[in-house]
Amino acid sequence: MAKASLRDLDYKVLQQCMHCGMCLPTCPTYISSKLERHSPRGRIALMRAVADGRFEAGQDLAREMNYCLGCLACTTACPAGVDYGTMFETARAETEANHSSGGPMRRFYRWLVLEQIFLFPRRLRLVGWLLRTYQRTGLADWVRRLKLPYLLGRKIGDLEPQAPGMESPFSDGCIAEVEVPPAGIPVRGRVGLLSGCIQSLAFGSVNRATADVLLANGWEVVTPRLQSCCGSLHAHNGAPELARRAAKALMERFELDGLDAIITNAGGCGSHLKHYAGLFAEGDLATKARAWDAKVKDIHEFLVGTGFRKPRNLAAESESVRLTYHESCHLSHGQGIRNPPREILRALPGFQLVELPESDLCCGSAGIYNILQPEESQRLLERKTGRIAGTAAELVATANPGCHLQLARGLQQRDLPVQVVQPVVLLAEAYRREVSP
Amino acid sequence: MTPALRALQDIVGPGGLLTDRVDLIPYSFDGTAELYQLPLAVALPSETAQVAACVRWARENGVTVVTRGSGTGLSGGSVPLPGCLVLCLARLDKILEVDPLNLTLRAQPGVITKEIDDEAARQGLFYPPDPGSMKISTIGGNVAENSGGLRGLKYGVTRDYVMALEVVLADGQIARLGNACVKDVAGYSLKDLFIGSEGTLGVITEVLLKLLPRPAARKTMLATFSSMRAAAEAISAIIAARIIPCTLEFIDQTTLQCVEDYTRIGLPTHAAAVLLIETDGHPAAVADEAARMEEIVRRHGADEVQVAADEAHGAKLAMARRQAFSALARVRPTTILEDVTVPRSRLAEMVGFVSETAQRHNLQIATFGHMGDGNLHPTFLTNERDLEEMRRVHHALSEIVDKTIALGGTVTGEHGVGLAKKDYLKRQFDDASYGLLRCVKRALDPGNLLNPGKIFDLEPA
Ligand SMILES: Cc1cc2nc3c(=O)[nH]c(=O)nc-3n(C[C@H](O)[C@H](O)[C@H](O)COP(=O)(O)OP(=O)(O)OC[C@H]3O[C@@H](n4cnc5c(N)ncnc54)[C@H](O)[C@@H]3O)c2cc1C
Ligand code: SF4
Ligand code: SF4
Repeated sequence: MAKASLRDLDYKVLQQCMHCGMCLPTCPTYISSKLERHSPRGRIALMRAVADGRFEAGQDLAREMNYCLGCLACTTACPAGVDYGTMFETARAETEANHSSGGPMRRFYRWLVLEQIFLFPRRLRLVGWLLRTYQRTGLADWVRRLKLPYLLGRKIGDLEPQAPGMESPFSDGCIAEVEVPPAGIPVRGRVGLLSGCIQSLAFGSVNRATADVLLANGWEVVTPRLQSCCGSLHAHNGAPELARRAAKALMERFELDGLDAIITNAGGCGSHLKHYAGLFAEGDLATKARAWDAKVKDIHEFLVGTGFRKPRNLAAESESVRLTYHESCHLSHGQGIRNPPREILRALPGFQLVELPESDLCCGSAGIYNILQPEESQRLLERKTGRIAGTAAELVATANPGCHLQLARGLQQRDLPVQVVQPVVLLAEAYRREVSP
Repeated sequence: MTPALRALQDIVGPGGLLTDRVDLIPYSFDGTAELYQLPLAVALPSETAQVAACVRWARENGVTVVTRGSGTGLSGGSVPLPGCLVLCLARLDKILEVDPLNLTLRAQPGVITKEIDDEAARQGLFYPPDPGSMKISTIGGNVAENSGGLRGLKYGVTRDYVMALEVVLADGQIARLGNACVKDVAGYSLKDLFIGSEGTLGVITEVLLKLLPRPAARKTMLATFSSMRAAAEAISAIIAARIIPCTLEFIDQTTLQCVEDYTRIGLPTHAAAVLLIETDGHPAAVADEAARMEEIVRRHGADEVQVAADEAHGAKLAMARRQAFSALARVRPTTILEDVTVPRSRLAEMVGFVSETAQRHNLQIATFGHMGDGNLHPTFLTNERDLEEMRRVHHALSEIVDKTIALGGTVTGEHGVGLAKKDYLKRQFDDASYGLLRCVKRALDPGNLLNPGKIFDLEPA
């Protein structure tokens, strides 16, 4: 559990790292710099030095911790079971709280994004609506003057024509609050659907597809209206109090008892959503959060775990489209979910899954990292799109809105004719084609 | 920045010199427990000429030099000394040439060990030494420590693959030692002096390595035993049957449990001891050896023998074993790893002694190791903040070392002496040979500039 300061953290967490270096070759910032301070081992050494009183939790620490992507590749690589995530969140919280992190401009935008927009579903929707209008009517000057794209991250601001973008209706507009499986499909149970913040604005169609595949597999889907951000942005950016507020608000939207599971389709949110218990001190909220954590399931994990129906192979689909898969860090490293999305992709008729080299290396999106650290983010993006080009795939699937937007931007920069999709969308389409090919 | 440091900055260029605390703290240790020291500065040269210039700079300014690869060493070899310059060679990371006619590979010292074997594999060739740290250790560090690995039993250690070295000497001169000839008796074998020298005699700036044809087949199996002694005896029986498998690794239950917690590949955690056995070579020979070894271990009390379904599964098992040391850190905050090695025939006795010692001092020791070559890694699971327990740890260590020496063994089989085993080295060496170490050091590094005080102290204490 993250604390307010590194000194408050259980020392065992810091001491757990035995500096063997096994995590170094998987850390994106170490790979590109070969500097120990940009490695997990180096960062842990700095954090431990703070706890020991040998180093200050000042600007130098803040700069280093902000340079870390929070991709958690190090936790996958670490045989010693080091809990890097907790240290990372604690260090960011401490340097934000003591104002070591960045100048007034950065603090202003961070405040605006984290405190004024993402905590309020209606405001977020308003921003989304403005962006949609912007995209349709080209009110570019007006919006640029307000720096709106900057606020929401370039990822939304720079929406390319190929990204699904704000064209489709927002999530609430295309999913009813309660939906039941079509006649003829026996009902297996009832699940809640998390619509997410970015996902619900930029990728309403992905939420629609998620509901569709759940329905097709016999699950009733409950999607509470006006869900707030899950708070992962806040937790990763040193704002634990706001993360608590977001978590509490979101939990209130769901009637836990009547649900077999709560489904998330965004890798980045999922790894945070499963750890609400750590946010609260003992008490009613902690008890509720534990029950919540136990029910949160990633859509791919849920489908594969409960046994999903493989779409029928129609004779017409004998030709196969090359498809590759980029792993969202918080799905693979954060939640350890590596095989289920691939299993779904392999089950698709008409597609051939080819492995992407370094599929689990961060694409540089990393929450709002691409706004705050554009250079490193760009380096990683170019490395990633280079690998994608090498597979000669026509489609790249990924299961996180941040990665989706980042890849789309990178592929467009390189002029590569590769489409970005999310696995559930392909699965939903495959089911749809069974009915009307 | 002082004028001296500015001069150093000019040598390595922008971004090549680190002097801020935030940059130095991450270089204040290596893979060894309990040892921390901040250096004066860290230099990251990107070519040999810069390395030589850094060494000359150090000599002129009376600054000691600690060479560093990836800092995975387990004896404190690259832990800084007070006021020293750390010369980190991580940016000298190019493979310069693979010569398929002479079966050699030329590389800069900062190349990662695994990348060397990967590059060799692309040409159907093989670089056998595979330390557990091969994913991140550098070839320069491997040469400087004369590292072993899981395949040492059949293929030997790093030394057996070094054909030539380029070395920056303590006075800044660049020497080329050895060549690509299979036979070479021209003068003393000077390159051998630098292999295993732990950065105390020179800075290695290029290596020429021998490669082998890649074995066509490989078979891996796991055998479980209900006692450590039974496992040790099975090993002796394999060797006595004149079989030299490429890998014969031993893992005790604690280690096995930790590795399984990390890898979750279904290791038999109920067993008191497990042997990881691998044979490679011609497919017919592999099949024959595997069958004979299976029969032998069964006869010597193996409860189960699990043969890897395919190479990928076998590689997974071997990779799991490579994680053993780090995975053990799950149990207690501090993990202190020993590296004692005894003649193979004394293994069972040594294994027994280690577990008795743990009981006597009420300590937790997990043991794994390269049993095929007599190299044990008894690992203390402890807490460096518990001073009373640490006292017991050091007592137990001392007893294990004495026993090792009494059995005709060595205090370190592959991790080197560095700082951690300095005191034990004295017990192992007689006066004449200990004196010889000093004599060599004085001759090659009269100013005591390079990693002074590692392995031994120059002045009689
Ligand atoms: C998890 C783990 C598993 C390990 N498994 C094994 C194993 O199976 N077998 C084994 O033998 N070791 C093993 N080791 C120990 C260690 O990885 C090796 O000693 C390795 O060779 C060190 O390489 P490095 O690049 O990290 O060197 P460093 O630790 O940086 O340096 C080691 C020593 O070499 C010197 N040095 C480094 N580069 C040069 C150079 N270019 N010129 C001159 N001197 C130099 C340094 O001064 C220091 O004395 C393991 C370590 C870990 C953490
Ligand atoms: S984080 Fe884990 S893998 Fe990395 S140095 Fe520490 S113990 Fe080793
Ligand atoms: S979270 Fe990612 S960038 Fe940060 S230290 Fe770990 S591997 Fe490196």
